Amino acid sequence: MTATTATQQDAQGDDRYLVELEHVEKHFGNLHVLRDINLKVKKGEVLVIVGPSGSGKSTMCRTINRLETIDSGVIRIDGQPLPKEGRALAQLRAEVGMVFQSFNLFANKTILDNVTLAPIKVRHMDRTQAEREAMDLLARVGVDSQANKMPSQLSGGQQQRVAIARALAMHPKVMLFDEPTSALDPEMVNEVLDVMVELAHEGMTMLCVTHEMGFARKAADRIIFMADGQILERGTPDEFFEHPQTERAKDFLSKILTH
Amino acid sequence: MEGFISLFQQYNVPAAFLVNLELTFWSALFSAILGIVLVLMRISPIASMRHVAGGYVEFFKNMPLTIIMVFMVLGAFAQLKLSFSDNFETNFFWLAVVGLSLYTAAFVCESLRSGINTVPLGQAEAARAMGLNFMQSATLIIMPQALRGSVAPLGNTLIALLKNSTVAAAASVATETSSLMSEMIEFRPDVIIQIFLIFAFGYVILIIPIGLLTTFLSNKLAVRR
Repeated sequence: MTATTATQQDAQGDDRYLVELEHVEKHFGNLHVLRDINLKVKKGEVLVIVGPSGSGKSTMCRTINRLETIDSGVIRIDGQPLPKEGRALAQLRAEVGMVFQSFNLFANKTILDNVTLAPIKVRHMDRTQAEREAMDLLARVGVDSQANKMPSQLSGGQQQRVAIARALAMHPKVMLFDEPTSALDPEMVNEVLDVMVELAHEGMTMLCVTHEMGFARKAADRIIFMADGQILERGTPDEFFEHPQTERAKDFLSKILTH
Repeated sequence: MEGFISLFQQYNVPAAFLVNLELTFWSALFSAILGIVLVLMRISPIASMRHVAGGYVEFFKNMPLTIIMVFMVLGAFAQLKLSFSDNFETNFFWLAVVGLSLYTAAFVCESLRSGINTVPLGQAEAARAMGLNFMQSATLIIMPQALRGSVAPLGNTLIALLKNSTVAAAASVATETSSLMSEMIEFRPDVIIQIFLIFAFGYVILIIPIGLLTTFLSNKLAVRR
């Protein structure tokens, strides 16, 4: 599918857009990492971002909660432009859940405290209620039996599932996944993907940067393909995997799908 | 041996060591507080704060302690009329504490910063991504992990502080060890070696436990990742 038909499709939806990027540009020194990125994500949509390494997909994902600043352009979350540093930005970040490649669980806190920390400190929820919700979430991702351990005592897959629970504890409007399975041993990838697929089916709005094409096929409503800081293709999983339009995408798919 | 006994009878050596310990205690306390403030400024998102703290650290780190101590007496006290007490002895004691604290805070800040550098960037990113503000991420996530990584350099700073407390002689604190040692050398030149050994071993005995404690703590508190 070409960019124009993708935009038409966006415009037809009557659901509101939770994430909007307009003409976003970013440089790292001389490197032009994001070139005129335009993207709209509807409520409940699961968007999967694929592309070769260094294509800017992680950077784009990180600009959405301003872990990376942008040079120009506009990013809106649920209609609100992304604030600069300060309280407004912190509040907005609380609405956007983020799951990192390297889990980033707080190493000085137990699993339970990792999940309850932000609800207590940012949402001012009382401890009993925060712990009850946290235990429900941990049970949902299957690590409730580990609640009192430290992060380093868990396997990578377990840590990543805790990280998802930790993000969900803030009841985010949208979840960002920045290569959530790339740092995992192969046998732990599926336990994390299963949780993500389940979330997708529950209607969570998700942006996932991933190399897991199986997940992309199964859970994505839409796929975008990035290379050299640009969005080259947008389409449904079927369109993208069966009929890639650009040479870059064909080349990329031929390299990852041959085995 | 008789030399030692007569020296201990003639001079109150433990009292002099106690003065150094008191100087060290108060300076450690104040420089810890100031050092934490400085390091928070150094990692803060506000550029002017970072520059002020950076300038402070560079200034005091590169300034000889003796100059700071002499300034406390001749500059801060004599010219700027900074005074803590009408009692000369008390006044000079606190002037020395201020000088030592200002100086040591720069090193406390650097020790803590080296600890902060051991905390992976992802910890701060995760904290920010969840909506914690700078002070919350610093006090709940970054500093607790940084402190553990800073135990060894902080221990070294404390050892240096205890030894540096002898420079209080330059701030006219006449009751501490190096002043007493000069006095003893002047009046008892017959037992120079014994005088030397008393102070050398005195400090070794005080400092060895600090070293053992920091090694113990840095092993015990190490953050597992």
